[in-house]
Formats: sequence, C-alpha cells, structure tokens
Amino acid sequence: MKVRLLSLCALLLLTVHSGAVIETYEFSTPALEARYQLLSEELRCPKCQNQNIADSNAPISQDLRRLLHQQLEAGASDEEILEFMVARYGEFVRYRPAFNAATAVLWLAPLILLLAGVAGLLLILRGRRDGAASLTEDDQAQLAALLQTPEKDA
Amino acid sequence: MAPRLKLFLPLLIFVVLAGFLYRGLSLDPMALPSALIDKPLPAFTLTALADGRELSREDVIGEPALFNVWATWCISCRAEHPYLQRLADSGVPIYGINYKDEDEAARRWLRELGDPYRANIVDREGTLGVDLGVYGAPETYLVDAAGVIRYRHVGVVDDRVWRDTLEPIWREVLAMGQQP
Repeated sequence: MKVRLLSLCALLLLTVHSGAVIETYEFSTPALEARYQLLSEELRCPKCQNQNIADSNAPISQDLRRLLHQQLEAGASDEEILEFMVARYGEFVRYRPAFNAATAVLWLAPLILLLAGVAGLLLILRGRRDGAASLTEDDQAQLAALLQTPEKDA
Repeated sequence: MAPRLKLFLPLLIFVVLAGFLYRGLSLDPMALPSALIDKPLPAFTLTALADGRELSREDVIGEPALFNVWATWCISCRAEHPYLQRLADSGVPIYGINYKDEDEAARRWLRELGDPYRANIVDREGTLGVDLGVYGAPETYLVDAAGVIRYRHVGVVDDRVWRDTLEPIWREVLAMGQQP
C-alpha cells in the first residue's frame, strides 16, 4: 500500500513539470538575444490580446517568436522586423504603436489629461485665494463684531 | 463657473462616461482591422493537399474566390463546414488553406464531411498564415479576380455573415470582373 502511494506521489510530481513550456532559442551573440527579449516583450499577441508574444503560449505567438529569431539571426534591424509584423497584423501588434493620425489620440491623451488637471487645479487654487480676499466691508464689520463678542461658554 | 452650474458637473461627467461605455457595448474587442485589405494575396509556394503537387499564388488567382483557413483541430471549422459546402454548391469557388494541420487527418476530414474546396493549400508551418495575418482558424478571405484581398472575416462563416457582409462584397467583386 505504502509503495503504491509513494509511486503515485512520484507520478504526480512528474506530471507537474509537463505543463506549458516556452521554447528557447540559441543566439549567435548575446546582443541578438537581448534584442529578442526586448522585441518579444514589445510585440503583442494577436490572439490573446493582453499578452505579449514572450508571455503567450498561443500557437501564433510561437510562430511569431520563431520568425523573430530567424529574422534576428538573418541580420534584420528592429525597424525591419516591426515593419514586417505591422504589415501583417497591423499597428495593433505593437505595444508602442507609431505616431500617426489614428494613434494621435492614444499618444496625446495622457498629456492632455495632465494639462487639464493642472489647469483645473490652478483654477480651484485661484478661486480659493480670491474667495478669502473678497469679503465686502459689511462682511468685514460683521466678522470683527463676531470676533469681539465674548464667548458664552468660555 | 457659477456655483449653480458646478452642481451639474458630476452629471456631465456621468453622461460622457455613459456615452463611451454604451458605445463599448456594441464593439467587439476581438475584432482587429486587417492590415491586408486591398493588398495583393501574398506569394507562396506550397503543396496541394490532394496530390502533393506544387501550388503557388498564380495557380489560385484569376477569378474571384474565397480563401478559407481551416484545420482539423479547429472545432469551429467543423461547425462552418456544412455552410461552406452549400456556398460551394451554389457556385462560389473556395480554396482551402489547411493551417498547421496533419495531411492525413485533413484528407480524412474531407472524405468524411465532404470537400467544398477547389484545392487545398497545405500550410503546415503557418508561413502563409503569418503572411496573411492569420491568428486563428477559421478565417475567410475574399479575393478578387486580380488577386487582391477585398475582405477578411475572422470566425465562422454562416448564413447571416454571408448575407450581411460577404455577399454584398462578393457581388461587387463579380460585377467588377464582368466589366470590359
């Protein structure tokens, strides 16, 4: 019984490791490998839209990683590789799309929101300062009277 | 800003946000614009599923046709298959791109379920798939007589998809071919 249990445990341990394995590639120079890492993190998996191809197990990501490896070893530049991918899968495939008419909103929105926030903040701050200084003479007199009245509870 | 108007600011923000969210309800986040619309069908040299002879781009263009990316591992393709057969029976030429599949399994599939395809291009490594921007099966490309991709449908082609989207473009492409 004990032997059977033990062998069952051993069997379970073995199967744990047979899960998803992302293949590894050999590179002729470390520089190529570094570019492979960068590019595979920057390219988006077309099938599983919130993952890059480095993280994704989808067959299409495997294909794109293989192509990336081939093209890097063949001496393609980063721009050439990105162009190749964009020509097939559209700007979508880049996590940092090129700046053009269609992506202008995407790129400029953070800046516009930041400026709007700063403008709003300035308006509010100015409103506050003006408010403090904008007591009429009547208000001033009333305030002075209130301040001079001895408090009953004291 | 007048204090009275300021009170409406949250309402205004809500309306704008609700407008965007409402629009979002009718958008399909999986639908990607194809980069290949109005571009020529990519060149390839692959083999035919039926007899292993060489097939290239020139062998499959010349008249308007559908190019259907399918595989035996693709469950939706099985659902799509009867409709493709009906389309083929009604005279629409369909070429198959057997995507990352095993030849024997694919041939058996066609024997058992019927063969709606003019010919099947074996794309075992998915190279033609990458050139077409395929990211899953089934996908269907509508190619005109000049070999230019006019439309791409991702997912199952059924009666509704054909009537609402593909058929109008198909008629347009046919009419274009008949002009002198």
